[in-house]
Amino acid sequence: MTIVAGLSEKLSNDAAPGTTAIRRRRVPTSVISALTVLALLLVWHFAAAAALVSPVFLPPPLVVAKSLWTLVTEGFVDSTLAQHAAASLGRVLAALVASVAIGVPAGLLIATSRVGRGILDPIVEFLRPLPPLAYLPLIIIWIGIGEASKVTVIALSMLPSIIIATAAGVRAVPKDHINAARSFGATRAQVLLHVILPSSVPSILTGTRIALGTGWSTLVAAELVAATRGLGFMIQSAAQFLVTDVVIAGIFVIAIIAILLEVVARALERWIAPWASVR
Amino acid sequence: MTRSTLTFGNIGLSYRSRDRGGEPQRVLDSINFAVSSGEFTVIIGRSGSGKTSLLNLAAGFQLPTDGSVLLDGIPIRGPGAERAVVFQDDALYPWVNARDNVAFPLKLRGVSKENRRKRADALLSLVGLSHAADRRIWELSGGMRQRVGIARALASEPRFLLLDEPLGALDALTRTKMQGFLLDIWKKSGAGALLITHSIDEALLLATRVIVLSPNPGRIAASIDTGFAAELLAGATPEALRSSGLFKRTHEELTGLIHRLSPEEELAA
Repeated sequence: MTIVAGLSEKLSNDAAPGTTAIRRRRVPTSVISALTVLALLLVWHFAAAAALVSPVFLPPPLVVAKSLWTLVTEGFVDSTLAQHAAASLGRVLAALVASVAIGVPAGLLIATSRVGRGILDPIVEFLRPLPPLAYLPLIIIWIGIGEASKVTVIALSMLPSIIIATAAGVRAVPKDHINAARSFGATRAQVLLHVILPSSVPSILTGTRIALGTGWSTLVAAELVAATRGLGFMIQSAAQFLVTDVVIAGIFVIAIIAILLEVVARALERWIAPWASVR
Repeated sequence: MTRSTLTFGNIGLSYRSRDRGGEPQRVLDSINFAVSSGEFTVIIGRSGSGKTSLLNLAAGFQLPTDGSVLLDGIPIRGPGAERAVVFQDDALYPWVNARDNVAFPLKLRGVSKENRRKRADALLSLVGLSHAADRRIWELSGGMRQRVGIARALASEPRFLLLDEPLGALDALTRTKMQGFLLDIWKKSGAGALLITHSIDEALLLATRVIVLSPNPGRIAASIDTGFAAELLAGATPEALRSSGLFKRTHEELTGLIHRLSPEEELAA
């Protein structure tokens, strides 16, 4: 919510950076958003209280909150909420490391070498529009049902955006930046290491942030299919026993973690590449 | 520093036409001149006269179609540290601070971290930016950025400074200050300077020699030795120089030379 609010402010704020034009006081966007959330909760509460829908389909918000607390303290299917969340996050982070390790060099190759582009472009273009769940069964046949197959699927789903963002970043390196280094006697390897790579960092980070979002949704889907621990597995098993309150609580946890990942990734971008937001 | 010479020996430059079978476009033709260290040569001409191409050839970013650019008799085959470039759009690296930008050419040469820092700080002090060493590039004004760019070029200990309209994007007041500063730095460094500019005024104030390029294709229309830079270095103010009869006459002469070339261009277009 804060992210969306920040964006619309950026779009509407024409004043010089660091200043805001003085205007008539209006209700802040964040208040409107907060009121919306509150209204939705109230509608949910009264709909459940009036028994318009069976509590099996729609447990009241307070029941969901209570079951969320039980998830934290006691857990569900042999694991606490923290253990489920840790399992999920661990998979995504492992996949992130793998896809950055493969994606960044691949992106560099696509942007700097004609042969590299010829080889890698069709692979990326094949993978990019493919829903990860389409190749999950094949990955399970190949690698089995353990952790490796889930990490592989998540990493594959993250790869295209990292490769594409890296290649875009490399292509956008100002020509003068490269020429300057050459005029000071830089070798090709030095230009790559000291100019092209650092110059592409903002783009690589943006690609990584987008990939993290993709990876998170792939993860939950992959856990629905095959896992013994994790947030996706948790809501899937709760659904099988019609424990709807756990399902809804799980959905909230998944959404909150997704938002937190986005916030952390944005903070990292500002911290590692502050010049990108200034220029 | 031993005397060095950059020679443009009968340079021609053509670009292949984009559409197949089209006539190749001649950008530079029969360019003959030499620049020595200790000289400040200014290239002036209208847009499309091939000024920037000429600088790119000196830098080694491009190779000529005909003839060759020679550094002390040896043909230039690519860029090199002895010909450092200062760019119009500063081309500083935003991911490091001012000091590390200046130290960049030294890092490329494998100079130790400690010596890099010492040398960079000395150069920053030379350009009057000791206080800004730890600042990031985006925290600096346009004039300060260009001074960092000049310090960075000096760090590679060039025999020639190639200046691609480095003052073009600055406001008038900063530009005047930077002109005096640039002249001062050039004198102290002992390097040769090759400056590209649109401004006749700037050319007259800084140059020991002004070379006028005519467009389509770029050819040398005139080469004029001037002495205003020496007077400026000796302490004369730019205002006093501009009000002298000789300055006004030379300014008019150059204006005439550059404008005389326009109808021909209009006919061609």
